[in-house]
Amino acid sequence: MSLTSTEADGAQVVTVNAQRIDAAMAIQFKEDMRTETEAGPTRVILDLSCVDFIDSSGLGAIVAAMKQLGKDRKLDLAGLTPKVDKVFRLTRMDTVFNLYDTLQDALDPEHVET
Amino acid sequence: MVETFACSFRATELDARRGVISVVHRLKDMGVPDTRVDEVQIALAEAVNNVVEHAYSETTTGDVLIRCNLHSDRLWVEIRDAGMPFPDTKLPEGKPAHVDASTPLEDLPEGGFGWFLIRELASDIQYKRNMDNNQLSLCFEIQLTK
Repeated sequence: MSLTSTEADGAQVVTVNAQRIDAAMAIQFKEDMRTETEAGPTRVILDLSCVDFIDSSGLGAIVAAMKQLGKDRKLDLAGLTPKVDKVFRLTRMDTVFNLYDTLQDALDPEHVET
Repeated sequence: MVETFACSFRATELDARRGVISVVHRLKDMGVPDTRVDEVQIALAEAVNNVVEHAYSETTTGDVLIRCNLHSDRLWVEIRDAGMPFPDTKLPEGKPAHVDASTPLEDLPEGGFGWFLIRELASDIQYKRNMDNNQLSLCFEIQLTK
């Protein structure tokens, strides 16, 4: 399992325990996300602070994970490291997700975007 | 002066990961700045993924050969494979995804970012179809720190 999950302040926090979400990892990540978020709070925060690198397959898998949640739930991303952040910004996917520097920011009511 | 190194690996997802990481380490050792190495890694990973997924999709999996030529002001990364040529022996366009906060969930793309990233990050791209192999070269501007 590439993920661990906890609940904090009414949100589900899913932590990625892998350094890379790349082509070799993307399918497993998508499956694991499906299992972890099958039921639960409306808001899911994906903690990417352990992830050093993501490629287009990994990016696609995160988009797929958000689609799996459906319209009534949402996926926010926290703790993007520099290369991961770069891939999101270059592809404009930073406009699709709410991004938070840290998990703490994502849970802080002052920072949370609706 | 030009510094050169090369490596090769089987065109599988896991070997590709190890191959890309080994190139990244070598470039850092040679004094290429970290932020530029990051960009090389993103573009190179996409180029190698394409070889694994497309070039060898209908033939027996072969090898990927990567050769880096580091000049004083630029780095050329050459990726060779013995797989199928690009369709019409032309490189994909790599159009940007038109997405924003108002894009409906179901319309969000789950792929097709690879060539866009390569084109954004490399300053020059050359492709040659040789007799039995593909030769893709990506250029990156460099200011050495060593």
